[in-house]
Amino acid sequence: MLSAQGFGGPGKMKEYHYAGAVEHKFSPYAFNGGTVLAVAGEDFAIVASDTRLSEGYSIHSRDSPKCYKLTDTTVIGCSGFHGDCLTLTKIIDARLKMYKHSNNKTMTSGAIAAMLSTILYSRRFFPYYVYNIIGGLDEEGKGAVYSFDPVGSYQRDTYKAGGSASAMLQPLLDNQIGFKNMEGVQHLPLTQEKAVQLVKDVFISAAERDVYTGDALRVCVITKDGINEQTIPLRKD
Amino acid sequence: MDPVVGPVPLPFPMAHGTTTLAFMFQGGVLAAADTRSSCSGLVACPASQKILPIHSHLVGTTSGTSADCALWKRILSRELRLYQLRYGRRLSTRGAAKLLSHMLHPFKGTELCVAATLCGFSGPSLFYVCSDGTRLEGSLFSVGSGSPYAYSILDQGVRWGLTVEEATSIAREAVYRATHRDAYSGNFVDVYHVTSKGWTRRTREDLKEEYYREKEKRRLERETRGTALSG
Repeated sequence: MLSAQGFGGPGKMKEYHYAGAVEHKFSPYAFNGGTVLAVAGEDFAIVASDTRLSEGYSIHSRDSPKCYKLTDTTVIGCSGFHGDCLTLTKIIDARLKMYKHSNNKTMTSGAIAAMLSTILYSRRFFPYYVYNIIGGLDEEGKGAVYSFDPVGSYQRDTYKAGGSASAMLQPLLDNQIGFKNMEGVQHLPLTQEKAVQLVKDVFISAAERDVYTGDALRVCVITKDGINEQTIPLRKD
Repeated sequence: MDPVVGPVPLPFPMAHGTTTLAFMFQGGVLAAADTRSSCSGLVACPASQKILPIHSHLVGTTSGTSADCALWKRILSRELRLYQLRYGRRLSTRGAAKLLSHMLHPFKGTELCVAATLCGFSGPSLFYVCSDGTRLEGSLFSVGSGSPYAYSILDQGVRWGLTVEEATSIAREAVYRATHRDAYSGNFVDVYHVTSKGWTRRTREDLKEEYYREKEKRRLERETRGTALSG
């Protein structure tokens, strides 16, 4: 009986093919790509994400934004493994409702951040493969950004990029918003218009160089008047 | 279907790599650390806090995985507060070290990575606790990937009779030299001082400035040496 492994055909170098048993271990994780960005201003916060959902060489969807509205003053951006992103946002929504029912008030951004840290750490030995960034307004009305690692370590920042293009975007933000590594430059405070324009420019650059980022950009601007969403097209290739 | 048994291979790297140090002297306990949080090659955060206050008279330096250190310090703070409420007195630094060590023991053999020094002011006040089970009392510790470089500066300069300024200067210098040679340490240096009145924190200092000051000093030295030789 001809075995498929032995059948080489004319000219095929079958003696160099590995012909033994191969064990493919099931991995419970997948990488679905996507980039998330958050910027905190004096009285506003911006959370932006691309809308491409990919896996390997394929694109599953061009319209899968990664920003999720939690409260009127808080938006979370989650990128990484889409299955864990969905479950995590469901769990956060449930915990927000429970808090509202027992304490009769909405959770503040800082409280949501602290809670998310414990939710992520509860799965320390089988982590949620999600890079989270929370953007919102704190109790004083100032912009706040909290960035997380997959197991719950977090801190408050002024700006942060997460996801597949984060290593490309973070240095650009350090320079443009943090004025790092520049001399003789005036440190002007960031206005809302300038911040939104910067976010758009930065994502256009990310879409050029990162294959997992593209299709469209969803920007959520959080102010005391509410959350304003806009969608801007990006490269589709 | 079989449940997933054993550790799941992670698709992402954890944050590691640091230089922290702590030593005792006549003015109390001094703790210093860098602020770089790295994730196998990428600087995840250039301004993280590696010295965490646990209560008014106890600080802990953290080394290992950021999330593990942050959460376990939080758990330790909670347990110490509960002890204080139940027994009406504060637990000593030695007791806090033993408590942390015993809380980490069930996780021995897992990938938990916590290497902390507890710096307090109730009796002998410096302990090193590690997630592999080590618990040591001492007067000088340095932990992390940059610790060999820090140890060389500290072993040369630390004495019991140092003033607060001298001790701060040595601690800063040790972290600065370690950040210069160790790729996984860098950015800023935090210095905390613990005395009988509690802990105080020095303003965070950017080591980039220190590097440029030293470069300028060396350049001036070379110039004066050059003119002296030629003159």
